[in-house]
Amino acid sequence: MFEIVKRKEMANGTVILNEIKAPLIAQKAKPGQFVILKADERGERIPLTMADSDPERGTITVIYKVVGRSTELFKGLEVGDSYQDAIGPLGQPTHLEKVGTVVCVGGGTGIAVLHPIAQGLKRVGNRVVGIIGARTEGLLILEEEMRAVSNELFVCTDDGSRGHHGFVTDILKRVLEEENVDLVVAIGPVPMMKFVTEITKPYKVKTLVSLNPIMIDGTGMCGGCRVSVDGVNKFACVDGPEFDGHKVDFDQLMQRLRAYQSEEKTSSKAHRCRLDQ
Amino acid sequence: MAGNEAVTEKKTRVAMPEQEPDYRRRNFEEVPLGYTPEMAVKEASRCLQCKSPSCVEGCPVEIDIPAFIQLIKEEKFDEAIKKIWEKNRLPAVCGRVCPQENQCEGRCVLMKKGRPIAIGNLERFAADFAREKGIEEASPRLVPTGKKVAIVGSGPAGLTAAADLMAKGHQVTIFEALHKPGGVLVYGIPEFRLPKDIVADEVESLERQGAEIECNTVVGRTVTINELFEEGYDAVFIGVGAGLPKFMNIPGENLVGIMSANEYLTRANLMKVYLFPEYDTPIPKGKNVAVLGAGNVAMDSGRTAMRLGADTVRIVYRRSREEMPARAAEIHHAEEEGIEFLLLTNPIRFLGDDRGRVVGMECIKMELGEPDASGRRRPVAIEGSEFEISCDLVIIAVGTDANPLLTRSTEGLKLNKWGYIEADPDTGKTSIEGVWAGGDIVTGSATVIQAMGAGRRAARSIHEYLTHNS
Ligand SMILES: Cc1cc2nc3c(=O)[nH]c(=O)nc-3n(C[C@H](O)[C@H](O)[C@H](O)COP(=O)(O)OP(=O)(O)OC[C@H]3O[C@@H](n4cnc5c(N)ncnc54)[C@H](O)[C@@H]3O)c2cc1C
Ligand SMILES: Cc1cc2nc3c(=O)[nH]c(=O)nc-3n(C[C@H](O)[C@H](O)[C@H](O)COP(=O)(O)OP(=O)(O)OC[C@H]3O[C@@H](n4cnc5c(N)ncnc54)[C@H](O)[C@@H]3O)c2cc1C
Ligand code: SF4
Ligand code: SF4
Ligand code: FES
Repeated sequence: MFEIVKRKEMANGTVILNEIKAPLIAQKAKPGQFVILKADERGERIPLTMADSDPERGTITVIYKVVGRSTELFKGLEVGDSYQDAIGPLGQPTHLEKVGTVVCVGGGTGIAVLHPIAQGLKRVGNRVVGIIGARTEGLLILEEEMRAVSNELFVCTDDGSRGHHGFVTDILKRVLEEENVDLVVAIGPVPMMKFVTEITKPYKVKTLVSLNPIMIDGTGMCGGCRVSVDGVNKFACVDGPEFDGHKVDFDQLMQRLRAYQSEEKTSSKAHRCRLDQ
Repeated sequence: MAGNEAVTEKKTRVAMPEQEPDYRRRNFEEVPLGYTPEMAVKEASRCLQCKSPSCVEGCPVEIDIPAFIQLIKEEKFDEAIKKIWEKNRLPAVCGRVCPQENQCEGRCVLMKKGRPIAIGNLERFAADFAREKGIEEASPRLVPTGKKVAIVGSGPAGLTAAADLMAKGHQVTIFEALHKPGGVLVYGIPEFRLPKDIVADEVESLERQGAEIECNTVVGRTVTINELFEEGYDAVFIGVGAGLPKFMNIPGENLVGIMSANEYLTRANLMKVYLFPEYDTPIPKGKNVAVLGAGNVAMDSGRTAMRLGADTVRIVYRRSREEMPARAAEIHHAEEEGIEFLLLTNPIRFLGDDRGRVVGMECIKMELGEPDASGRRRPVAIEGSEFEISCDLVIIAVGTDANPLLTRSTEGLKLNKWGYIEADPDTGKTSIEGVWAGGDIVTGSATVIQAMGAGRRAARSIHEYLTHNS
């Protein structure tokens, strides 16, 4: 059992932070890696990137957006409750290397995944330019944390309630025009990552993205997480989740992420019925 | 006349009672219902008690088959199971899933007459009898040796190695990547062929005898083999199975609705899809299902799809009926349940709709040419014979490769050119001192009983190593 030792609601309760006791995983976790959590006997196995890990306390931190049946169930867990299963650390860690100037672009919950990577990139000596965005001010997370690890931070909201009125891609374009960028790391909704790679392509700036296909085992056994990278199938759970964004088939990824839409509605409905009783 | 009847009766194999095909094709309960004691005694009476029994040579763990059958005939069922336990720890599993026609039964002298003794059914009977009566293998009081062995993977290879090592007084910890132990027995083989209670019972009995089982531990990620030694383990056995699913590598394979059998069966078995939405993991409910391949995995996938409500299920296979690698009983069961076979047919392209969902596939007809390396006649495409079939779910069951997750993280571990671990066939020793391996990760996909045999041989060698090194 993996006990929740700290819980925080963010972005008006649409995003939840859990710090979870998992000493073995905490000792090994590196930025960019993820865990699979399962709440109880009947639960789904849900992959979540670790936003932080603390080997001394023996804990890992995940920050997740409540989007469906399983994350709703997770949201109901309080401090002192436990996840039945936690598996990890999974996936390849981010390759942290000094390259010069790195632009870290984060959208929505993706900022949680981006933060430890930005921190790592800064630590090895890069100049980090952060660009983070959300639909509206209330949904923006980790602004202070991102500011602390960025040499420069830009904030955007779709509705202009905070920072730049518009998309993260607007700022990215400006930065690419104004200075020499050696690497872009983009993590957020799939359409955002797709647009970022389209923008950086003409500048020939290497662009890393973190993919979130549907997964089950997370160990290379099922092939459900396969993504097309440079025309070749990769298993995101063992080969990724980070890939060279210029080689990823994003349209296919989006289609595959919608695979279970109708089934998920059944599950959520059944769940609500159970709650209503 | 009466005498003649008795003779014919003695000649025919006692049929296994089964759920009716029309009924069972929509439920997940076990298909064969098991012999009654009367049936078992009757079948056992047919055995000729051969002096040099060829059946035993066909069994990879050399169960004393005539002896346990004789005990069943004498209605000493509890002694019969003890006889089996001398060689096989998982008889309830093997009686159900061994390809008996290629192993013990295939070598029975009565095979020539087409009526071999139903050794698998009898083995299953004895094992189920013991389970019902709560008879347990007596575990002798052992002086603990103080040696610790780490077993990686809880499939049949790992479980057998663990049991044998404990029987010698060694302390054993099993590390399993998934959240439930059992390997393919739990995530792959469906409930209607191998009830999960049986596997759970076996695992619990190991735990009662003192084995520790650490699930959710991916060796190579959560902990490495080197670290296991640092933690004080004296030896490591690797039995991580084959795992990595093969795909067809043809256009359209990433359309929604095309998945590996591993994914499909894991959703169905491990995540208990047949209880969805009570259990949370979804599965696509295909109406017209195509399964590629014709081994046990393909039969299991097709029969699962039928049970989840498909209208049609087609097994698509590029060779002919004779080459189908599945157990004879499963092919027969699948046919009875209304599964169709599209033989000498190979898909060349998947067809999708504008939402990226699979709606069909283009296939080509094949004919059999010269024998290939495997000794089977090689299928060759017939030019111009392309045709389309429609389907909304495709399950790919064309085999597995070695999963590199653990092997890549273990320095100095010698692999063959396909990525399987090189291990001595007699001892299971690998290129690293103190590390053994066995089962599918050494041989490639094989059978439950072969994996168990490898676990047993490795345990013997590990025991020798541990007792000579002290
Ligand atoms: C390697 C990896 C790391 C991830 N890290 C994080 C993280 O740090 N924080 C976070 O909030 N989320 C993360 N995700 C996404 C997260 O796993 C999904 O949001 C979650 O599985 C949804 O489960 P659910 O049952 O609540 O929703 P469902 O009911 O399954 O789905 C609700 C909606 O979300 C879509 N969806 C389903 N699965 C995914 C998925 N894997 N990714 C995106 N959308 C999906 C569905 O199509 C549906 O529209 C990660 C995914 C992967 C593969
Ligand atoms: C659907 C299906 C049907 C089959 N039907 C039959 C049949 O009817 N008869 C028959 O004889 N054989 C059958 N087989 C084959 C048989 O199941 C296998 O040959 C056998 O299970 C191999 O045993 P194993 O112990 O080597 O590995 P597995 O049973 O594959 O077990 C390996 C275990 O190791 C775990 N693991 C993997 N990597 C790691 C890691 N890094 N760290 C920790 N744990 C890890 C896995 O999760 C798994 O639990 C079937 C196989 C399948 C898939
Ligand atoms: S273990 Fe398998 S091969 Fe051996 S006797 Fe039993 S069914 Fe036959
Ligand atoms: S070969 Fe057949 S008849 Fe002879 S002992 Fe074995 S099971 Fe009995
Ligand atoms: S999640 Fe199963 S192979 Fe990646």
